[in-house]
Amino acid sequence: MRIWVPRDAAARALGADEVAGALAAEAQRRGIDARIIRNGSRGMVWLEPLVEVEADGVRIAYGPVTAADVPALLDGTLPGHGPVEDIPFFARQTRLTFARVGLIDPLDLGDYEAHGGLAGLRRALGMTPEEIVDEVKASGLRGRGGAGFPTGIKWDTVRLAQADRKYIVCNADEGDSGTFADRMLMEGDPFTLIEGMIIAGLGTGAAKGFVYIRSEYPDAIEVMSEAVRSARTAGLLGPDVLGSGHGFDIEIRVGAGAYVCGEETSLLNSLEGKRGVVRAKPPLPALEGFMGRPTVVNNVLSLATVPVIFEKGAQAYADFGLGRSRGTIPVQIAGNVRHGGLFETAFGMTLGALVEEIGGGTASGRPVKAVQVGGPLGAYFPASKFDTPFGYEEFDGQGGLIGHAGVVVFDDTADMLRMARFAMEFCAIESCGKCTPCRIGAVRGVETIDRIGRGDAAAIPILTDLCETMREGSLCALGGFTPYPVMSALAQFPEDFARAKEAAE
Amino acid sequence: MPPTSGRAMSPSDRADEIAVMHLGLEGPLLPILHAVQAEFGHVPDEALPAIAQRLNISRAEVHGVVSFYHDFRTAPAGRHVVKLCRAEACQAMGADALVARAEERLGIAMHETTRDGAVTLEPVFCLGLCACGPAAMIDGRIVGRLDAARLDALLDEVAR
Repeated sequence: MRIWVPRDAAARALGADEVAGALAAEAQRRGIDARIIRNGSRGMVWLEPLVEVEADGVRIAYGPVTAADVPALLDGTLPGHGPVEDIPFFARQTRLTFARVGLIDPLDLGDYEAHGGLAGLRRALGMTPEEIVDEVKASGLRGRGGAGFPTGIKWDTVRLAQADRKYIVCNADEGDSGTFADRMLMEGDPFTLIEGMIIAGLGTGAAKGFVYIRSEYPDAIEVMSEAVRSARTAGLLGPDVLGSGHGFDIEIRVGAGAYVCGEETSLLNSLEGKRGVVRAKPPLPALEGFMGRPTVVNNVLSLATVPVIFEKGAQAYADFGLGRSRGTIPVQIAGNVRHGGLFETAFGMTLGALVEEIGGGTASGRPVKAVQVGGPLGAYFPASKFDTPFGYEEFDGQGGLIGHAGVVVFDDTADMLRMARFAMEFCAIESCGKCTPCRIGAVRGVETIDRIGRGDAAAIPILTDLCETMREGSLCALGGFTPYPVMSALAQFPEDFARAKEAAE
Repeated sequence: MPPTSGRAMSPSDRADEIAVMHLGLEGPLLPILHAVQAEFGHVPDEALPAIAQRLNISRAEVHGVVSFYHDFRTAPAGRHVVKLCRAEACQAMGADALVARAEERLGIAMHETTRDGAVTLEPVFCLGLCACGPAAMIDGRIVGRLDAARLDALLDEVAR
């Protein structure tokens, strides 16, 4: 009898370890031969801990399960949700990047291979670097970290650069609130990321990779470190990758609690052991990155999508999507939402469908007031913009961004002046201090919003002007994009910025 | 790794030893500081000159790195560290009220430690538990779907 209990951080935060412990003890007491597998999460976080029990070769879902439910679970009397893959939230997805997450034992390389793992790498090993890069270009894959830059073009720049050493750096500093896809992938299918990084190395001529993981993700750090060790033992990493004669190795590095290190140049400085201060571009990291060498800096999801592109072919991936946004996007539905979790789908689904149909509206049962898309630097969308399709250009056209595809839902109790103030406060706390518009602007932003909050309407044009300065003058997206949440809150919810004035009068 | 001699090693000597262990890395400073903090609970001032000398950089540069990152402490924390997520997704689920409740129950503000040294309260900006907020981290253990009752129970546990 096989039973799956996720070891994903969200499941553990909701008691999965206690459930797994109780299951093992109860099975032993009853003399049942139960094999408990700690898988990744299926992404239906509202059902976590979601336990799956194999019955006639089908995995039946139960959840949320508590340790007290274990006897009933083993008796077969606990009400369940039927086959896990038939749950509508799951059945409606197109799982390419997350195909194995939740399905396999994350640290079992054999299980990984049995479910399509390494097929992409084996194909890439028979290709020239140019063919590898062309395949990524043809897939239409764009940077999933938020900027949406075409991954193949970045790789080509590194491939063509001349240097004694090149590097692949995986940006796993997933600091945006409302996002957890990188974490889920690293905890649920770490070999996919390793495989993607090796293919990136083959395509660009890099032999060394780093995964820079934020310190707030202890589980991801543990699973990735263990996966790298197993990959070395299995000859997947090391001087002779799968006997190909190509060398590639990976080192796991841990951040130290600085949000700005999710910005690629700041991350590179941090990796080098410096303050995580942003670097001016040019030079591009693709030409002068880690230690001044040509470096690919890609998000976890970009790299983890590479294996499936090589396994199924670039065209098969590009066939999904909308306009210039090709393939799938793992949307993370979070905040005040009934059915929160990870929903991977082809680009093109509307924001409203994601929030209302998939997410089921708010957890509180109150009306949705605003949805912040793309993390703390993303715009707030009112319900009137729910027909916006999920795509890079489509969101840009609505004055927003998809960022790392986090969707945070707020009900009608949210005070948007307060959220705008928080955006500025966060920017002030996390600013690296290198450029003035961000370092000083964010502090002035908090003060100016406080003036508006006290009823000083004359401060509104000042805030607008300040936001323009930050947007135009900041070195990176921290100062440059903080105006998105601030100005969208002001533009879409002006009543929250006027209410205080009425109270004062 | 604890010092092998019977007498505890000075922070300076131990920091030097840790630095030497990491010299093979490209960009070893953050791994060194993490290791020093893991051992001492903070990065003691006495450790900085030893690290600086070993890496052939100035003491000011090491200090600059320590002071840049939120994770590195220059003084020991309380016996327990309670981090409450203050990011947007948790705010949407009522995190602000929990922060206020924790501050009131412990009688301290964020970034402070209770007078008996039991608990340090800190904000954290996202634990990646955004679909099951509000979230917290207590001594490295993560907790989701926090509410007032669960927060009280957790605080009672650590305040002892």
